[in-house]
Amino acid sequence: MQTQVPSPDPTPDPTPEAGPSHLDSAALVLGAHQRKARIVGIAYIVVGVLCLWWFGLGSESGLDSSFGLAGAGDTTLTVPARTTGITVGVVVIFLGGLQLARGFRRRGAITTIVVVLVAFAFLAWATRGADFSLSGMLQTTLQRATPLALGAMAGVLCERAGIVNIAIEGMMLFAAFGGAVAGSVAGSPWAGLVFGLACGAVLAYAHAGLSIRFQVDQIISGTVINIFALGITSYLATRLFPVYENLNKGVTFQQWEIPILSEIPLIGPVLFENNIFVYALFVLVPFVTWALFRTKWGLRVRAVGEHPRAADTVGIDVYKVRYRSVALGGVMAGLAGSYLTLGSVGSFEQNMTAGRGFIALAAMIFGRWNPVGALGAALLFGFAESLQTKLAILETPIPSQFLLMAPYVVTLFVVAGFVGRSRAPAADGQPYVKD
Amino acid sequence: MTDVVDRTEPAPEPAPEEPAGTGDADAVPAWRRLLISVRVPVLALLTALAIGAILIIFTNPDCLYAWARFFNDPMRALSRSWDAVYDAYRALFLGAVGSKHAISETLALSTPLIFCGLSVAFAFKGGLFNIGGNGQLIAGATLATWLAITFDLPAPIHVVVCLIGAFVGGAIWGGIAGVLRATTGAHEVITTIMLNFIALRFLDYLLTLEAFLPEGQANPVSEPLPDSARLTRFPEGERLNLGFILALVAVVVVWWILRRSTWGFQVQALGINADAARYAGMRTGLLIVVTMGVAGGLAGLAGAGMVMGISTSLTAGVAGNIGFDAIAVALLGRSNPIGVLFAALLFGGLQAGSVPMQANTSTPVDIVTVIQALIIVFVAAPMLVRAIYRIKATGPDTPTFTSNWGK
Repeated sequence: MQTQVPSPDPTPDPTPEAGPSHLDSAALVLGAHQRKARIVGIAYIVVGVLCLWWFGLGSESGLDSSFGLAGAGDTTLTVPARTTGITVGVVVIFLGGLQLARGFRRRGAITTIVVVLVAFAFLAWATRGADFSLSGMLQTTLQRATPLALGAMAGVLCERAGIVNIAIEGMMLFAAFGGAVAGSVAGSPWAGLVFGLACGAVLAYAHAGLSIRFQVDQIISGTVINIFALGITSYLATRLFPVYENLNKGVTFQQWEIPILSEIPLIGPVLFENNIFVYALFVLVPFVTWALFRTKWGLRVRAVGEHPRAADTVGIDVYKVRYRSVALGGVMAGLAGSYLTLGSVGSFEQNMTAGRGFIALAAMIFGRWNPVGALGAALLFGFAESLQTKLAILETPIPSQFLLMAPYVVTLFVVAGFVGRSRAPAADGQPYVKD
Repeated sequence: MTDVVDRTEPAPEPAPEEPAGTGDADAVPAWRRLLISVRVPVLALLTALAIGAILIIFTNPDCLYAWARFFNDPMRALSRSWDAVYDAYRALFLGAVGSKHAISETLALSTPLIFCGLSVAFAFKGGLFNIGGNGQLIAGATLATWLAITFDLPAPIHVVVCLIGAFVGGAIWGGIAGVLRATTGAHEVITTIMLNFIALRFLDYLLTLEAFLPEGQANPVSEPLPDSARLTRFPEGERLNLGFILALVAVVVVWWILRRSTWGFQVQALGINADAARYAGMRTGLLIVVTMGVAGGLAGLAGAGMVMGISTSLTAGVAGNIGFDAIAVALLGRSNPIGVLFAALLFGGLQAGSVPMQANTSTPVDIVTVIQALIIVFVAAPMLVRAIYRIKATGPDTPTFTSNWGK
């Protein structure tokens, strides 16, 4: 449904229009663009002022924040808390001013810089007068972000082909279970991984079959898969694990240090001392981006997601493309789910995804249906999640529940278009009926 | 481009014409039509139970042992399997309707499902997918609890105040999604999912505050609700309470709104074709907000029923999976208030029976979740049921409901 609200816009546009009588559509688009650029600029300034006021002027002078950096001879990076907050605040305000004055070409990159700077200022403020392991923090962030980013890529692959996927949660849970059981039975995490991926693909195929062949509403189909996955894994775990104890032994992948790269200070231990899932993420994000936006296959997937009728007209088999794309998405969700058991704690627990599939969905939306964006969003959400565990130690006045809430609130703002509108593929969720 | 098709409702005009109309669709007698309309749901239930039976057999250690020696003693494998399924389903059945206690448990557990099922069904009628039952339920339960433990009022007034509070709380939570949909086009599925988690985390936070906890206690369990704010339980000692009667009233009210009121007509017009509704002069934006608000309010009442009738104190797990079970209820009930009532009673019964089933036959309660998922599959994909049972379609297969992401 085109709920394109005409947006009456009560505030008159302050820019003086040269030809007031007939605005052509180009001018309208330009006007909307300018307004959005202005909103972003103002948002930067507001964030900058808050940062300056709270993290800068709000912290007592003379206190230092020490960040532990592993891998560089255990050195610490010590910064004065107050100065850091003030500097970051001023820089962000300056960036906002620049944005207002002439606008940045690459706004995404600037936003990322602003987010990272403010996060650093926040950490400096929270750590003032104390020690804090920055590399540990970054490592946890990456570990928490990995299943989110992989799950978000599952969503990207499905939805780019026009199949809404709110079943990432269920697919992850099923794969986590399958991976743990197969890994335990075979005694090898690799076997578990293969089986986990297959589990994700099977549920995805069921989702595709229900929504394509039987034209079940894709949200209902997704809901069913979530409920089914929760029910069947809980049932089997409760029924079988107490009787057959060797089904859930907790097989995991070892960490795998990449020889030379892991020696790099700070970055090395964070990025290159991980298990196979994190490396898979490093490879898959650029690969999927390339495949979606630079190959014939990707063009077809996107065509099917945006305008299936047109794709059909030029001879693309819409159903086949959708089936394959959703199944591939299922493999991604399988990877994300397997991470939770094989790449992390090893043994399966009931409902262990605990909403991560929905955070992955949020990351996908926040990342604008784009693998790189999804990775960025997942890192941000992973940061919030790992911060939540650290804040208790640092005794900051922010309740940890609000950090856990952050991904959802941010997504709510994004879908509402307050912070740069995120647009779904045009035919997302619509069953395609061949004439 | 319509994205919302909902033709589950039979033609509103009964058209009592003379049967001389040479045997077309109108001449089908009422009982026959009823039979046709319940055929798919009933077959869906039976198929789901059959698949559940297979699951029970092949996860039962005795049965697995017998099946491994199938060629030595085939009858043994079959009889063991029969026993396993018979015992489990017998326990399930008796746990649901086998005694006075069982029946009152069934009714008690179906109460929140009725409210939440009505919530989902009402939103469906308006072409909106309310996946946010859990969040709205939490909002309602939270506000009801706060009103109950903060104020000191005489019994009947206190109950009414808390119920109104629960409705308002749920309505606000659902209304947020409605406002976002109406003003920015943000799809309610995304927003309600996000609002579910926001509500859950916010409840986690509230349950650390002194306003909700009994003095000197750190457990995230709220102070018990005072007697004046509790819904009367009617066979003494059971969990069945006045909430069930309220749920029945809600069924009638929702039925009346949809069938008899102008406003209900507008909601359904919105659901069938929002563009047409707009061109007919209806204020669709406002309708969306109010529909989501009422849907949220109904879910909020489910929350009130939970804290004021069943659990008597607020915990983080108050919503459980009710918001999602409610989707199954609404689909099985074909978005019809009466259908929702029966579907909720069925699911309430399954849930009530599953507890003694696990205790007596060590078949985990989670099998009910699997059965529910299968029921939704078969109800949402009637083609699948017809293919299994080789039933001819009586009309064109229309999808139960179709929606797409926010645009």
